[in-house]
Amino acid sequence: MTRAITPDDLDAVPEISRLATGERGGLPGVRSEADAPVSPDELRDDQVDGPELTARLAKTWGTDKGIIGALSTVDHKVIGRRFIATAILFLFLGGLSAVLMRLQLALPENRLMGPDFYNQLFTMHGITMMFLFGVPIGEAFAVYLVPLMVGTRNIAFPRLNAYAYYVYLFGGLMVWLAFILNIGPDVGWFAYVPLSGPEFSPGKRADFWAQMITFTEVSGIAVAISVIVTVFKFRAPGMTLDRIPLFVWAELVNSFVIIFALPAVVTASATLMMDRLVGTHFYNAAEGGDALLYQHLFWFFGHPEVYIIFLPATGWVSAIVVTFSRRQAFGYIALVLSLIATGFLSFGLWVHHMFTTGLPQLGASFFTASSMLIAIPNGIQIFCWIATLWDGRPVFRAPLLFVMGFFFIFVAGGLSGIMLASVPLDTQVHDTFFVVAHFHYVLIGGNVFPLIGAVYYWFPKFTGRMMSERLGKWHFWLAFIGFNATFFPMHILGLMGMPRRVYTYLPEMGWGHLNLFASLGASLFFASFVLFLYNIVSSARRGPVAGPNPWDAGTLEWAAASPPRPQNFDRIPVVTNREPLWANRDSLPVVAGLSVENREQLVTTVTDGRADLRETTPEPSIWPFLAAIATAILFVGSMFTPWALVWGSVPLALALMGWFWPKPNTEDEK
Amino acid sequence: MRRAAPFLLLAVLPLAGCQGWQSALDAQGPAARTLADMFWIFLAVLGAVWGLTMIALLLSLRRRRPADADPLATNPETERRMIVTTSIAVGLTLVTVIALTGLSYAAQKVLFARKDGALTLLVTGEQWWWKITYEDSQPNRVFTTANEIHIPVGEPVLIKLEASDVIHAFWVPSLTGKMDLIPGRQNQIQIQADRPGLYRGQCAEFCGLQHAHMGLFVIAETKEEFERWRDRQVSSATPPSDSHRQRGMEIFLSKPCVMCHQVRGTDAGGKVAPDLTHVGSRRTIAAGTLETTRGNLAAWILDPHGIKPGVNMPAVKLEPDEVQPLADYLEGLK
Amino acid sequence: MCSSSLKAVAASILLTALALAACQREEREFRSKSMADETEEKVSLVPLSPGPSGPAEQRSGTAKTYEENAYQIAQGQRLYAWFNCNGCHGNGGGGSGPPLMDDMWTYGGQIEHIVQSIREGRPNGMPSFRGKVPDEQIWEIAAYVRSMGRNVPKAAAPGRRDDMSPGPAEQRRPPGQVIDGGQIPPSAQMPQ
Repeated sequence: MTRAITPDDLDAVPEISRLATGERGGLPGVRSEADAPVSPDELRDDQVDGPELTARLAKTWGTDKGIIGALSTVDHKVIGRRFIATAILFLFLGGLSAVLMRLQLALPENRLMGPDFYNQLFTMHGITMMFLFGVPIGEAFAVYLVPLMVGTRNIAFPRLNAYAYYVYLFGGLMVWLAFILNIGPDVGWFAYVPLSGPEFSPGKRADFWAQMITFTEVSGIAVAISVIVTVFKFRAPGMTLDRIPLFVWAELVNSFVIIFALPAVVTASATLMMDRLVGTHFYNAAEGGDALLYQHLFWFFGHPEVYIIFLPATGWVSAIVVTFSRRQAFGYIALVLSLIATGFLSFGLWVHHMFTTGLPQLGASFFTASSMLIAIPNGIQIFCWIATLWDGRPVFRAPLLFVMGFFFIFVAGGLSGIMLASVPLDTQVHDTFFVVAHFHYVLIGGNVFPLIGAVYYWFPKFTGRMMSERLGKWHFWLAFIGFNATFFPMHILGLMGMPRRVYTYLPEMGWGHLNLFASLGASLFFASFVLFLYNIVSSARRGPVAGPNPWDAGTLEWAAASPPRPQNFDRIPVVTNREPLWANRDSLPVVAGLSVENREQLVTTVTDGRADLRETTPEPSIWPFLAAIATAILFVGSMFTPWALVWGSVPLALALMGWFWPKPNTEDEK
Repeated sequence: MRRAAPFLLLAVLPLAGCQGWQSALDAQGPAARTLADMFWIFLAVLGAVWGLTMIALLLSLRRRRPADADPLATNPETERRMIVTTSIAVGLTLVTVIALTGLSYAAQKVLFARKDGALTLLVTGEQWWWKITYEDSQPNRVFTTANEIHIPVGEPVLIKLEASDVIHAFWVPSLTGKMDLIPGRQNQIQIQADRPGLYRGQCAEFCGLQHAHMGLFVIAETKEEFERWRDRQVSSATPPSDSHRQRGMEIFLSKPCVMCHQVRGTDAGGKVAPDLTHVGSRRTIAAGTLETTRGNLAAWILDPHGIKPGVNMPAVKLEPDEVQPLADYLEGLK
Repeated sequence: MCSSSLKAVAASILLTALALAACQREEREFRSKSMADETEEKVSLVPLSPGPSGPAEQRSGTAKTYEENAYQIAQGQRLYAWFNCNGCHGNGGGGSGPPLMDDMWTYGGQIEHIVQSIREGRPNGMPSFRGKVPDEQIWEIAAYVRSMGRNVPKAAAPGRRDDMSPGPAEQRRPPGQVIDGGQIPPSAQMPQ
């Protein structure tokens, strides 16, 4: 419920004083437009009210029906839902490949599959989980939730956002199609040279890996840009930097890490493709290249990558812990600074993946120190969350259960990471199942468990219905037991000498029992995901209907309807507190003055959140979809011939011309 | 607590890891012992950290606020206490991390110290076997073998590591940590065994189709036994004494074997596959996959891709009456 | 929704088309199908034959599984060096043996001819490898030799080797052709 501004609000946000007079024509700080004569025909949201305002805005901001309408949409919620659904589809595909792997490894010298198929399978498992699920799921939630949480109508650069989704979809489809056709990559998700080089990886398999990287990284950087600009410029008035929700901070830091880390892997994959396709010698030692250069480039990206997967999850955990403790976050500043520190420090750890390559020991020991040091900001976050729970009144519903699972599992994984940070210990456990156990503990504990909690938490917002709480509890215990049964034995297997990426093992090694146990655990864990899917589908159809704020949470997205209308908010809220809905329980202050008939958003300043400009945002357009198709043609063609870069850029140039063709917009007509 | 039940079950399993011929926790050399000790210290310290965190988490779940409390309300006294507690926790974490880093540095120095040893080996990683060359100051004492290393007990042995095709990793967990074999550069590792025994190793860097079956053995023996072994390995193959083995040798020399394999003392001079001069003296064939018996030798020659699909050894067509003599001959190359 | 069935139809057409293209190139066959001694290739070395039709030939059809398969050609590349073919033929440019990357083939330049040459040996120095190189490997080497002159599809031909580089890799060479008798390349012509 919204209300007019009272003098109390004016103290909180002095810049809005002019609005209280009910002046027509707009907002303070607007430069050229404040003096421009306002057309009397232009309808603004302070002139209309109630259901009529909602209906008119929905018409302006809505997505057209039909296939063309669906492909042209720039509504961040539609794109966000697609993003989330696609990422979860890839989670399932990656999980299926993992189940197949575990079936093969359940028995020594198992003949379920041969080495060729197994190598493709573990490669696909790795790339699906890391590139097609791990990074996109965080971005997907950002695309959906960040505009709602900062109180604006749409994400920044909405057409770029749509383009990013299509490019991601095409890249993922390309590599899975390749796998189905037996041309899937089989060199591991990291594709070390010289194994993935031209001599030892014949055919096009490794090229599909390299080009999938290009697709997903273009998509990732595009979404990161949109998120950063949304957070910096489109916040609701009054949302100063220290009132930004922790989830939004996490996504902001995450987006910066994405922008700085992804170019390294694109370089690695592009140089690999050049070596394979045009005969360059980047990684050919005989002609002056170096196989270790690849590892440096890859891991410079690869380490921040796991933080890209982890950071959004810290946002989910923060949101759930705050809501389910019934208390505002303890140590907000410390949490934000920890996020930023983690983002920075994550770039200084990469050599810990290369401790056994024979690099100089003095350099390696620096990375031991930095790898251990990153435990400090992570630890600060854990302690602050526990403190929030301590001083709060925990509500034991499914989201909090999964966050408990996160604490149990992620902290264990982080501590095994401290073991791996030590160079001498790493020489024993590197490239064994100990590492496999470690990273599944930090990634599943640190991303998947919070993700499931986040889905239970935000499901009412996405669909308007609650998920089944009873099924949620079953789901949690099945997942928790299944996960630990699968991955805890792997710590022991690694110490017992079992290396990674082996399609089978000899019976006399004595690894059979633990492997069988882990495989049984894996089937339990997979069953928990089937239960999850069932819960999602049946709750979407028949779950109890939810209002706008079923959890009585404090952040802005819970002020919108469930599911949100296309315009998100009828009027832009004014923020006076870190938890706006808890501070203004009866009604939320709003600012009025945006157009009803045209798509307009309020631009505010970066640090203070002072209202600044009214910005016309783009209408739905089919060009992002066409540009994505042109991009796909360019990328796939360039796997087969370098001339594709020349000929393929023609359709792309045409698509970009259509996209950026200047349209007269309403601002010009004043 | 319910949550502890699965953990209790799993607590029994770790005991399985303490023994084994390829176990990092079953240390048989000074380096591995340092590493195993380090592991237990780290495990104890970090396990305690985890336990304390979990206790704090469980204790935090008690409901300390009344049901109708304002979520934004904070008690300054509680805030202050929590700030102090979390700061202490962060400080303790920092101290722990610094201590563990220091411990790591100390172990690193020990692990990578190079002692002067008499014996130097050159191990070249191939897809998917280990080519081992024993170096010596006298060129006529240099010899090449495959997949099995013998070392004298109690002495440090320096191994130079090279790769001919892709990246591999040399890892014998009972003796020391691993080191990569990277084409284009030479790495080094030092191993030392305390007791005579058999220690298994395995390639620990994904190297293609048969990475899973690229094992090796390190056999530590007394100095006298080692010297005897080395003298035998340096010598060429003794010509077969009986006609059965003689026929086997003729079959060997008339088949594709000679294109890739070498048996010193005969005309077979191929350099790209494992040296077979003393293959019968090795405990295993096919890089630690099969025991050296006549049956396994025959099976390996007739159907290598049934045992290790994708391996570089081709299937060799033998007439039925050629199988036994050939297997006899190879087994007799001791 | 009708758009989803449209998508399904389009996807299946695309799948079938791609399957036909990619299947052959990327198959990895480790175990040979039969343990027969060698395939039977009844080929002729010349195009002449009495009567209106050309020479009667009977090939075993194994050619496609080797010539268009990237994995087999890569194996051939490895074996070419292992068995020291480059000792006489260089990296395809020839030496004491004739070049293999040009279009001049005294004994025929199709893969079956090359296989026969390796099996039987040829006058003036080419050894017979029958019995010393298993038949599968002979086919692999022959497929690689064919790729030297780019007589194989571009996507199946190997890229550069992880070795010193004498020239462009096989996949970057212009597509070749086999001319019976062949033309002497300019670099090999006698000075006038």
